[in-house]
Amino acid sequence: MALRVQGLTLRYNEVLALDGASAQFPIGSMTAIIGPNGAGKSTFLKSVLGLVAAAGTVAAFGGPVAQSMPRIAYVPQRAAVDWSFPVRVIDVVLMGCYRKTGLLGLIDAATSAHAMAALARVGMQDFARRQIGALSGGQQQRVFLARALAQGADLFLLDEPFAGVDAATEAAIIAVLKALRKDGATIIAVHHDLSSVAAYFDRVLLMNRRTVAEGPVATTFTRAALAQAYGPALMLDPTDLRSEGPTERPAA
Amino acid sequence: MIWQALLLQAGYNAALVSLGAALLGAAAGAAGAFLTLRRRALMSDAMAHATLPGIGLAFLAMVALGGDGRFLPGLMLGAALTAAAGLWAVQRLARQMHEDAATGAVLASFYGAGIVILTLIQGLGTGRPAGLETVLLGSTAGMLRADALVIGFGGLAVICALWSLRRPLAMVAFDPLHARMMGVNPRRMDATLMALVLAVVLVGLNVTGLILIVALLVTPAVSARMWSTTVTGTATLSAVIGAVCGYIGAAISASVPDLPTGPVIVLLAAGGFGLTLLIRGRRDG
Amino acid sequence: MDEFLLFSLPPMLIASLAAIACVLPGNFLLLSRRAMLGDAMSHVVLPGIVAAFLLTGSGSGVVMGAGALAAAGLSALLIEWVTRRARLEPGAAMAVVFTTMFALGVVLLETTGTSGVHLDVEHALYGNLESLIWLGGPPPELLRLALIATGLALALRLIWRPLVLATFDPVFAQTQGIPVGWLRAGLTAATALAAVAAFQAVGSILTIAMLICPAASARLLTRTLPAQIMASLGFAVASALLGYVLAGYAPLWLGLPFTLSASGMIATVSGLLLALSALIASHLARAAL
Repeated sequence: MALRVQGLTLRYNEVLALDGASAQFPIGSMTAIIGPNGAGKSTFLKSVLGLVAAAGTVAAFGGPVAQSMPRIAYVPQRAAVDWSFPVRVIDVVLMGCYRKTGLLGLIDAATSAHAMAALARVGMQDFARRQIGALSGGQQQRVFLARALAQGADLFLLDEPFAGVDAATEAAIIAVLKALRKDGATIIAVHHDLSSVAAYFDRVLLMNRRTVAEGPVATTFTRAALAQAYGPALMLDPTDLRSEGPTERPAA
Repeated sequence: MIWQALLLQAGYNAALVSLGAALLGAAAGAAGAFLTLRRRALMSDAMAHATLPGIGLAFLAMVALGGDGRFLPGLMLGAALTAAAGLWAVQRLARQMHEDAATGAVLASFYGAGIVILTLIQGLGTGRPAGLETVLLGSTAGMLRADALVIGFGGLAVICALWSLRRPLAMVAFDPLHARMMGVNPRRMDATLMALVLAVVLVGLNVTGLILIVALLVTPAVSARMWSTTVTGTATLSAVIGAVCGYIGAAISASVPDLPTGPVIVLLAAGGFGLTLLIRGRRDG
Repeated sequence: MDEFLLFSLPPMLIASLAAIACVLPGNFLLLSRRAMLGDAMSHVVLPGIVAAFLLTGSGSGVVMGAGALAAAGLSALLIEWVTRRARLEPGAAMAVVFTTMFALGVVLLETTGTSGVHLDVEHALYGNLESLIWLGGPPPELLRLALIATGLALALRLIWRPLVLATFDPVFAQTQGIPVGWLRAGLTAATALAAVAAFQAVGSILTIAMLICPAASARLLTRTLPAQIMASLGFAVASALLGYVLAGYAPLWLGLPFTLSASGMIATVSGLLLALSALIASHLARAAL
């Protein structure tokens, strides 16, 4: 199991952000975390990483998360980043090599080559010397993925990787993610677009402060579970039926 | 006269002031680059204003102990203590309100307390507070060799520390969550950066005074940022701008009577920023 | 008693009125997260006053006030322009603009020989509240501040509803046809007016304190905006009176024959009240859990 989360609970002042959320993420799986706004999806990711202090137990690769930190990569929401920051693409990726170079260490040719290789894997090697703010939204996402790759991670936590990117870029990112999974990586992404869940992911975690349902897309991503997570008011567009579980799919 | 000053030919004292101001400018520029990247520009303003009560209290304490109230290291220690207290107060208040409000509140009330203490010193008649009030706007006229050495070595130490910590500082400023995952403690890095900025503020009290030191930290940094696409480039350029403004500003002020050093340096830096805006500013803005 | 009426009552009234004039826009600055604008405004008053004096040669309060207002307006425009043009965070833009203007003020003051004759920097920073006594009539600052505080209160009452909406949710307000930009500019102008009026009487440091501290204290302890504003007025007047009394009498109680800076003491008291409110608020929050 890449990640095992049990009873994650977090209170912000008087608001319960997470209420005993639990989930398991097998190695090599690709999981979408879905749920309504305010369901605590981003908070879930951050508490898993210990970036916010929540109660509950989290184990990564069978041990404490802190021990596996080098293997875990976190890609923040686009809005959380100051894009006018004076860093070039290659500098961002080199930040992922920080554990190797150390606090004061200089960056040698091997480290640079490593960072360039990571950029090449996401198809961004030609943009290495651009300032990060000069890229499109999707390109920026790919740079952050490259940073995660440079870090040598095999567990990827992504917070809304497809927010604000166009369809072509979305396809490019998903291609990179699927290639990573083929190499044995585990991917967990907060996702918003219900219609693409089945096409992109093999597992789903439906949550609304607590776990509503989790498991393979085929058996878990059902109308009943969605209604439970989002409330009965959710009206699914008929074209979204593709994303529904097989039990409700019309017989072919 | 101005050329003599620029070439360090205008006398020993003027040369001392020019070199000291240049080193201070470099240190402030470099530290300010990281400070503005971390979006804490105004924090330095609160810090600078919060030195005033410390200076007053240190003066009182030293006089009470029978010493010379204007002993510079003692004053700086007092200033450092209350500035640190002010920083702590900003962080504490920022848990309950927007950081802006916390900064302004601490700035005003610490500064107010400082003024109360200055009037107390005046009333007690233990010393001419006029000597202390130079910390408001700085005074390079009476700069001694020892003061210049303090500024020089302090500035160099700050620059060396920033150079060696530039990567983790940049990581924390760009993406603190990621920095934390990479084993950098953002809180510790922020504290370190604030300590370095505090060091700049303390050595700068003599030159620009506590009201204008914030300009030396922020103005070169925001100009440099518009020219460079890397953190190291921004910090280096900012240090160079700061050094040049410090040097020329001190030279100009030495050769024109009644022209105070600190404000001249600030105006030069502002001129540089104005030029930068005209050349590199966003046209559609 | 007569002595109190002549020497203590006018400065206490002036301090209270200055505090009230600052608190009214201060509440909205705080809510729209522009609290430090007050800091910037009160620093740029100095060059405005110096320039007005140099241009007209007149030392009258009205002329200098006009100069200060012009400088405040100019700096507000500059801050907006720099923020957009350099894509800076507002804090950094503010720091650049107000330090530049302040430096300009000091240079003008020192090089033109104005210094020491009519103005000096220290006076500008912490005012001269103690000298505003009844000399055969009320000090002119008293009437001016009373007028400005009343004017600000009336204006606030008049545009209350749209101002609240524009502060809370500017985007929605815009869609409702509320001139958000104008309200924002109006708030800036009100801040400048309060800062200039208060500055002439009590100095810049007290102005900053009064623009921020009482409103921040009130916000921590109240839940509705009207309550916040009433509480902030209370905090402001309490700081002004308590600070003035402490500055004037505390040394006497200790047997020391002098007084302390009233402006400084009022600023200190307002800060202490804020610290107290923060402690109470976090205590209440913990008790509620």
